[in-house]
Amino acid sequence: MTRIKTGISILALAMLAGACSQTTTTEPAEVASNPPPSREGLAPGVFDAEEVSWNIELVHAERTPSAFAPDDAMWAPAVEMAIVQAMQAGEEVERPPSPISFANTDLAFSGDRVIMGNWHGFNVFETQADASVEHVLSVVCPGGQGDVSVHGNLVFRSVEDNRGRLDCGAGGVAEQSSAERFRGVQIFDISDMSNPRQVAAVQTCRGSHTHTVVPDLNDPSVIYIYNSGTSFVRPTSELDICSDGEPDENPDTALYSIDVIRVPLAAPEEAAIVNRPRIFADRETGEIAGLWAGGQLEEDAQETSVTNQCHDINVYPEMGLAAGACSGNGILLDISDPENPSRISEMSDPNMAYWHAAIFNNDANKILFTDEWGGGLGARCRAEDPETWGANVIADITENGLEGRGYFKIPNTQSESENCVAHNGSLVPVPGRDILVQGWYSGGISVIDFTDSNNPYEIAFFDRGPLDAEELYLGGNWAAYWHNGLVYAPEIVRGLDIFRLLPSEHLSANEIAAAELIRFEEANTQTQMRFEWPDEPVVALAYVDQLARSGALNDAMAMTVREAVNAGDAGADLMSALEQASAHAEDADARRFQALIGWFQ
Amino acid sequence: MRAHMFIGRRRGVVLVCASALILAGSGGVLAQEAPIFQPGAPGEPSRELTRNQSLELGQSRYIEADARFMQHMIVHHGQAVDMGALVEGRTTHEGVRLMAERIAVTQESEIAMMRTWLTRRGESTEMQGGHHHHMNHEMDPNMPLMTGMLSPAQMDELAASSGSDFDYLYLTGMILHHQGAIDMVNELLAQPGAGEDPELSEFLSAVIADQSTEILRMRHMLSQLG
Repeated sequence: MTRIKTGISILALAMLAGACSQTTTTEPAEVASNPPPSREGLAPGVFDAEEVSWNIELVHAERTPSAFAPDDAMWAPAVEMAIVQAMQAGEEVERPPSPISFANTDLAFSGDRVIMGNWHGFNVFETQADASVEHVLSVVCPGGQGDVSVHGNLVFRSVEDNRGRLDCGAGGVAEQSSAERFRGVQIFDISDMSNPRQVAAVQTCRGSHTHTVVPDLNDPSVIYIYNSGTSFVRPTSELDICSDGEPDENPDTALYSIDVIRVPLAAPEEAAIVNRPRIFADRETGEIAGLWAGGQLEEDAQETSVTNQCHDINVYPEMGLAAGACSGNGILLDISDPENPSRISEMSDPNMAYWHAAIFNNDANKILFTDEWGGGLGARCRAEDPETWGANVIADITENGLEGRGYFKIPNTQSESENCVAHNGSLVPVPGRDILVQGWYSGGISVIDFTDSNNPYEIAFFDRGPLDAEELYLGGNWAAYWHNGLVYAPEIVRGLDIFRLLPSEHLSANEIAAAELIRFEEANTQTQMRFEWPDEPVVALAYVDQLARSGALNDAMAMTVREAVNAGDAGADLMSALEQASAHAEDADARRFQALIGWFQ
Repeated sequence: MRAHMFIGRRRGVVLVCASALILAGSGGVLAQEAPIFQPGAPGEPSRELTRNQSLELGQSRYIEADARFMQHMIVHHGQAVDMGALVEGRTTHEGVRLMAERIAVTQESEIAMMRTWLTRRGESTEMQGGHHHHMNHEMDPNMPLMTGMLSPAQMDELAASSGSDFDYLYLTGMILHHQGAIDMVNELLAQPGAGEDPELSEFLSAVIADQSTEILRMRHMLSQLG
């Protein structure tokens, strides 16, 4: 903040404010201060858990479709108790399904469809005018974790479980090596919703934990898939391109790479791996295992995993960049040639256990990385847990490469029975700010501002009580994604939560309205698309609200500028005052002034 | 799922339907209206399913080898915790101390996870079968309880050592121990139908990843001991 330096421009604007018309129709866009409620000690329940929210409203909770929701699944504690007691009494009991067999995972968006992945397959919903959704299709294909992407009528899905089958059947395969086992990326065609079909299945060495759709900006007839396999390497006898081991013993090891899959859109059945780049190689020696070897960066640091895989890769094709969260490192990749990604920079951090996800801001001058300490199954937001472990870390992209800045973690007030750690999210397209909405498993969802890389802070949240007060059952919001004006958050057990952001002192109605202007026909959560706001007055008003909030404009001046925005004309004096103010403002405020000036021009 | 997973392989067939036991608490679920499809292999036709058919396909199974693996791994992990407990007073090597502490904490939490996995499946958390076999081995101080564990004599040697001798014995012993865990996973996966329970599958991935990482770390530390 630069209140002193902006003094001159404030004076200039104050004079203008005094000279302007007396109308006061332009109300300040903020609402009254509203302190965040406590998230501690929320009452448990599967569908009746206590909920608390701040600056965000749950508008619809769609339950997991019943074909994916056994009545007797083991996430219902009473169910489990009854079964364990029956077992202990010596009765033969049919064991209910493991809860993870039906866990909801990631989302993809296409037209009015929301596609939700699941360990058991995927579900398709259609968005409705009242912000609810209607379930229209279930596709069953057991094998997790089932993250999904979409391109046109093609749905891509990740399978890593050892029990996955090529024919989408259950029961796994009987042999250690079998052509019937499937671990990799599936491609389904849903153009005929009454007859969805599997059109391709690309086998990979370590299965597919997550994957990323990468458009080729020079060739619309193909797309690429970056596959991140994180599981054990399958035997050579099952898939001949695979072999295990450390590179000093086996230079062809399937570890230390990602898979690049090329999908010809006219013939998706021909999808195949075309590259397995050694993106972790040492630049000078070429050593395949060139990045973090695992262990602690320093005394008392977190134990960081070895970099022999990526967990998530977020691509930003318009920038020719990708951000990789790769186990022991955060990395920046050049993907201008999408078939041959190459590493630009890498970073380590003493607080990171497992680099899990990465998101660029819209300008691609910073990356927010998440740490999945405890793997998502653990309670890691308890009072005794460090505030910088299992958190987000923000890195600026500088001339020297990636440089770590601030951390953000939701308050450590979750219970022992709530799996909680930073997880998946997306940008909220508010002009002038970097805002993220994110799932924290049983920690709920959180919206943060990370415009200042060093000082991210929370502006909204939603939290539900645990599934059970005593025992930890895997649950909570896998992710939270902004899409076309709403926040969609898959819940592992309960279904699909849909939220609307509410205006607050931290986010004005104008800012939300400006974000709602950004609409995408198709959206994949790991494929970033650049936000370009139309020249609507509400976009300019969003900047004014931000400048008023930071103090770069006082109330009277903000009102003057708002009136000019509404009139569509600033006049020479105001423009010159804005220029002057911009010259004396720093960082985010300077950019906002410039955007405002640009808007008037 | 072709075969139902029955727990407690005792005589008689007293089938208690789990869903009947507890439906009251779940609020009841309506059959969904949207169609449910199970695709075939690429190029093959899809078939339409009922809700119950879908749910049956989600019945992940585990086999006896899976449960036995978990029971054995609890014992195996237990030794890592025991080895960690020997650190106090025997070494001043900060790296070894931290590594041992970290391994003990991780393995303890994995023991808890494995116990939960077994308990939730109505399986014993104790090592089953082959007890006599192992008992006999226990009699021989030079034979480890299972591959990839230190023998009682090796544990005694570790307990009797200190300083750089301890560091060397701890690191070489733990590398062997970790390699043993990885071998156990690979042996399990070599058995037909093993490792298909999704939670177990996740756990196996974690064991391979964590223990390989730690082996690399310990090899490095060993090379620095000189």
